[in-house]
Amino acid sequence: SIFSQEYQKQIKRTHAKHHTAEAIETYYQRYLNGVMKNAVAPVLLDLANEVDFAPSLMARIVLERFLQEKEQTIPSKTLINSMLRDPSQIPDGVLANQVYQCTVNDCCYGPLVDCIKHAIGHEHEVLLREMLLEKNLSFIAEDQLRAKGYDKTPDFILEVPVAVEGHIIHWIESKASFGDESSHQAYLQDQFWSYWNRFGPGLVIYWYGFIEELDCHRERGILLKDCFPTDIVTLRHSMAQR
Amino acid sequence: MGAASGWTNKSKPSRRINPTPVSAERPLSKPKTCFTSTPVSRSPAARWSAGSSLEAFTAAQEGNLSSVISNSLQEEREMLKKERCKLLHQASSPAGISFDPGTPTKPSYTRSASLPAESHLVTCANPAKVSCKKQLECLAQLYSSCITENLVPNIFLELFFVLQLLTSKGTSTAEDGDSDPEISEINRDVTERQHFESVHNCVYFAVRVLDYQYEIISHLEKGMLKLLAENERIASFSPTLHKRLRQAYESSTAKVSLLLPCSVQSVSFQPETDNRSNFPSDRAFHIFKKQRDIFYELLREWEDNHEKTGWDFERVLGSKIRAMMAHLSATCNHSHFARLFQKQLIQMCKGPVSGGASWGDTPDQDVLNMLGSDNLSRLKRLQERFVVPQSIRGPCPPPSFPGCQQFFRDFILSAGSYQFNQHLMDSLCLKILELNGLTLVEHEHSDGEADMEEQDEKKRFTVALLSLRLLAKFLGFLVFLPYRTAEQPTRDLQDSALVLRNQTLPVLDILKLLRQSIRDQRSVLTIPWIVEYLSLVDHIAPFLDYYRKVFGLLLQVYRLMVLSEEKEMSFLNKLLILAVLGWLFQVPSVPEELFFTTDDRQERFMMDTVTSAQALDFVPLVDQQLLYTCCPYLGELRKLLASFVAGSGGKNGGFIRKITPTAAESLAPKASVTQRKLQVDLEQAFFHNQPPSLRRTVEFVAERVGSNCVKHIKATLVAELVQRAEVMLQDKVKEEDVNHDKLLEEVCTHLYEEGAQALIKGREFCRKKGPEAVRVLLPEETSAAVLSSAENIAVELATERACGWLSANIAALIKREVKATFNRMLKVPGFPLPGEDAPELRRDCTPGCQHCAPFPSQIINEIKDVLCVAVGPREEGEVVDYVWLEGLLGRLSQTLRCRKFMCPTSEQQLARCTVELASLLVSDRVPLSLGIKCPEKSPERLHVKNNPTSGLLKLLFSIWKEDFGTSVPVQLIFSKKNMGYLAEAKQQEWDLFLFLLHGLIEHELMRTSEIQSCLHSLEELPWPSDFVKDLKRLSRVFVSEHQREEPRTNPCELTRQSLATVTTQS
Repeated sequence: SIFSQEYQKQIKRTHAKHHTAEAIETYYQRYLNGVMKNAVAPVLLDLANEVDFAPSLMARIVLERFLQEKEQTIPSKTLINSMLRDPSQIPDGVLANQVYQCTVNDCCYGPLVDCIKHAIGHEHEVLLREMLLEKNLSFIAEDQLRAKGYDKTPDFILEVPVAVEGHIIHWIESKASFGDESSHQAYLQDQFWSYWNRFGPGLVIYWYGFIEELDCHRERGILLKDCFPTDIVTLRHSMAQR
Repeated sequence: MGAASGWTNKSKPSRRINPTPVSAERPLSKPKTCFTSTPVSRSPAARWSAGSSLEAFTAAQEGNLSSVISNSLQEEREMLKKERCKLLHQASSPAGISFDPGTPTKPSYTRSASLPAESHLVTCANPAKVSCKKQLECLAQLYSSCITENLVPNIFLELFFVLQLLTSKGTSTAEDGDSDPEISEINRDVTERQHFESVHNCVYFAVRVLDYQYEIISHLEKGMLKLLAENERIASFSPTLHKRLRQAYESSTAKVSLLLPCSVQSVSFQPETDNRSNFPSDRAFHIFKKQRDIFYELLREWEDNHEKTGWDFERVLGSKIRAMMAHLSATCNHSHFARLFQKQLIQMCKGPVSGGASWGDTPDQDVLNMLGSDNLSRLKRLQERFVVPQSIRGPCPPPSFPGCQQFFRDFILSAGSYQFNQHLMDSLCLKILELNGLTLVEHEHSDGEADMEEQDEKKRFTVALLSLRLLAKFLGFLVFLPYRTAEQPTRDLQDSALVLRNQTLPVLDILKLLRQSIRDQRSVLTIPWIVEYLSLVDHIAPFLDYYRKVFGLLLQVYRLMVLSEEKEMSFLNKLLILAVLGWLFQVPSVPEELFFTTDDRQERFMMDTVTSAQALDFVPLVDQQLLYTCCPYLGELRKLLASFVAGSGGKNGGFIRKITPTAAESLAPKASVTQRKLQVDLEQAFFHNQPPSLRRTVEFVAERVGSNCVKHIKATLVAELVQRAEVMLQDKVKEEDVNHDKLLEEVCTHLYEEGAQALIKGREFCRKKGPEAVRVLLPEETSAAVLSSAENIAVELATERACGWLSANIAALIKREVKATFNRMLKVPGFPLPGEDAPELRRDCTPGCQHCAPFPSQIINEIKDVLCVAVGPREEGEVVDYVWLEGLLGRLSQTLRCRKFMCPTSEQQLARCTVELASLLVSDRVPLSLGIKCPEKSPERLHVKNNPTSGLLKLLFSIWKEDFGTSVPVQLIFSKKNMGYLAEAKQQEWDLFLFLLHGLIEHELMRTSEIQSCLHSLEELPWPSDFVKDLKRLSRVFVSEHQREEPRTNPCELTRQSLATVTTQS
């Protein structure tokens, strides 16, 4: 997770460099020359590795360029995405193989990796749901909230708030990644503060850990944990006790 | 005398009370000229002839409301005025008296000039050295009646002056030596006599006035009473007053805390008002989503930084706010934002009430642990001393926006948006009208539970009043904002402005509301907020016809609201109205002549119409806490006294009391306290995201059930006990002629133990009735957990109310009832089951599934690795272990069977990947290592059935058929790309491919016709000629093998047709 995030940062930094018109043209020509010499050689993959760029993204660049030439128009994003997901749709067999090779061999980008990430995220949500059920904490899940018309929704909203380590929380967000500074800042901006603005304080679980210093908004109402909390105090009532 | 002379040298009229003599320039609180604040530098005669003020007086006298005063007072008043003038004049001379109300926090400053002579300065005031007692007594009476009859614009300002006199410092001058003050004075002209020359006289006068004003003083807060009771001068000048003050102090319960909680808590998202259906378009909805987040971002930034030096609201936030406003305008979202803004305003600024546990006063956990609950109040007081500003700029500070209010004010200013302001005003008006309509539950003042209900009503009233004042202040701010000027406009400008502005109607008809409130006797609620609204008037507005009427009416109310402990209206209610009105008359932009001019067209209204018991004015709703919260400047009186104590206390110059630091105790958590606190917080938090009606319902139920509970206990348990007591008493009375009181006592003591039953029964009652009521009142759709929590909270609150009351009063109640019965006798020998249906997750796992299959993500990852190796590029000797791959497919099967962690995207990806894998397997692209189990694949083709790949394919068939919940895109096998693998294979595994096709048919994954058409279309692609030949051959074999079976699975016609096409092709 950490490696992947660092890699992504690096890719983001160099992203623009690879998207200049000249770069695209160079890559496309090199690809054409490469496959002309040997269609079965991993031309695109080697190219990506050589220029230090994610193979899936390289595949995307070349595919985009290829379609542009063929159709004489700029292809739609949906079409590209669908072709990347299922290279069988690519009209050129050689390119299809090349693209597939790239997506399969990419460790951080591409439809396969995206799917794995999604699956991991989902699995942790399910795990969290399990733990909530086990603890008898009643919640409303994201999809139910959406149905009610909430504009921003965390993974779970607790119908009855609880206190974790002495801090009251109204919602829990599961993050199946490592909480590093940049991603946490982005999440705070796009998600966590938005949740706070609507539902009050809440808890974020970074299942793969986080940088401790980031847990600095506890008093304000954003609590970070790397596991399901154990110190939970619920609203008790004499009735329940007796 | 640095302070005093600096003060008197000013040419403009100066207010005589100036607690911070250092900063004479206070443009906002421009002092008023009224008869208690004579300008010092000009001669009195010149001033009187100047006229305006005198005319004002005369006008006041000629007014119709002079029923309470006699015209003959005029003369006396002028005398008093002259005296005052001289007195002040004296103050500026070195030998005179120095009024040094100096802020004790800056002792060096205020006393700098006189430090060496300090011991002389604070003269011991001596009752024996008072001169012209008679005249002073007369003046004191006169002055007091002015205060009592509300003839001064601000009674607290006068009290402040009196306290200044009481605490005045003076040097002992020659006068002390005068053998007979009375004689030496007697020859002088009355107006030349210097009655207030000596500190003794000042103190004498002050003590006399205080004595007359004891009524008001005794209603002030406890700390103030303490200082007065401990004041040595009062003790020596009037032992009786001293005694009364002591008693008042000892019996007072009026502790006041002005700690303002300020912590940001968000306004919760409520679908009824905030979801998409409340917006005209998707765009508006999404933009508002962003606005909400931006608003809180600004709020957080302000909260973090506004106290830092050099932080400037406009510079940092101004452009962001305006960008936000532009977005709001583009989508017409102003009303939504105005609502959010207003809610947040109330939430953050409504003041130090809401009964104990608001979010704001959550002290640091560690501190709490350290101190425990006993010391919590002490901690609070300490915190107050640190946090609450020590001086509020005198007893009549100009209107301000303290604490968080500042953010909202600056936001409005920076936004500078007409649309936003208009929407906000609409919203404020509506809320003000709503709150102003507060009605209190009618209740019998009969017995016990009235107490309880009174408390609740007081709380409700307090919340409403404080919210109203806050909203009205902001409304006033917005309404008068366009007209605000720094300077008083000239007469000409004023006249033209009046012509212009007299035509427009005010946003909120406060005149109507004011009249209504007087008529309906609800002025205690309405006047305080109208005062807040009016305190923000611009310089012109008070002269407008409309506001003239409003001020006129307020003035009438003020004059007629004579303080006395009469039955009709609670003293403190009146005191609050007088205090706020007095303050309003001192607000800089309220014209000073206002108080002394009386409009001829006076409204006739009756203050004493029919009084109904529920009229707010007659319910004792105001307490000292509320009074001081609304009028924090009353605290200045106390500070003046406190600084005197500090000053005379001498050396350390310390203020009030020294804060003694104590060592921190161990941090061992005192669990109970923190836990209790946490529970209270959790309860608040629970309500936060629920619709407000839930809270109202729960509170209502708690109130009613609690009240009913007490009634029930009385009707059952107490009645029963009384019956038993009756029997016991009857027996004993017969026995012997004992002391009745003693007997009664005995019997009651016996019953008290049984009385403890009341708590148990009470609890039972609440536990039974609470949930029923909540369940009936909440929407049917309320979720089980919310319902259960709401029920529990209602029960808890009801129990608390009922048992709290019962435990405090049960003994007294029993005694009272028994006594009543006894007297009569003597005269005439007669849960909810927590709705625990945890939402069962719908899943289709195999029965008894333990959910311990590997996660989908892990399987996808592993398959990806296989694909990586298969697709290449791969290193020399990189292989996939057959057994491992077999195992992987086994695990895949398990994973698919357990539905718990599966999501559609994962499953689709798995389907796609396995199809890909199958294609690679049949194309011999997967470098399988067979290990020892099977020897190296021989070049001669093994029989398909024995081929290890076929084993894997079989596994895949079964997985595709049995385990997948989605359709598997097996047709991808026939894609150009995947057939390309086969075409590229060195040794084409046609048998394996055929095996794959048969498998697909057998497992009903594809129909024969489908495969046929797939194969057919493949033949048309540009393949190497050999490959096309093979493909055609395969097609024929496949067709021949499946022709017979076809009718079983498929309608014949279709097959025939496709067969026909195949044959024609070949």
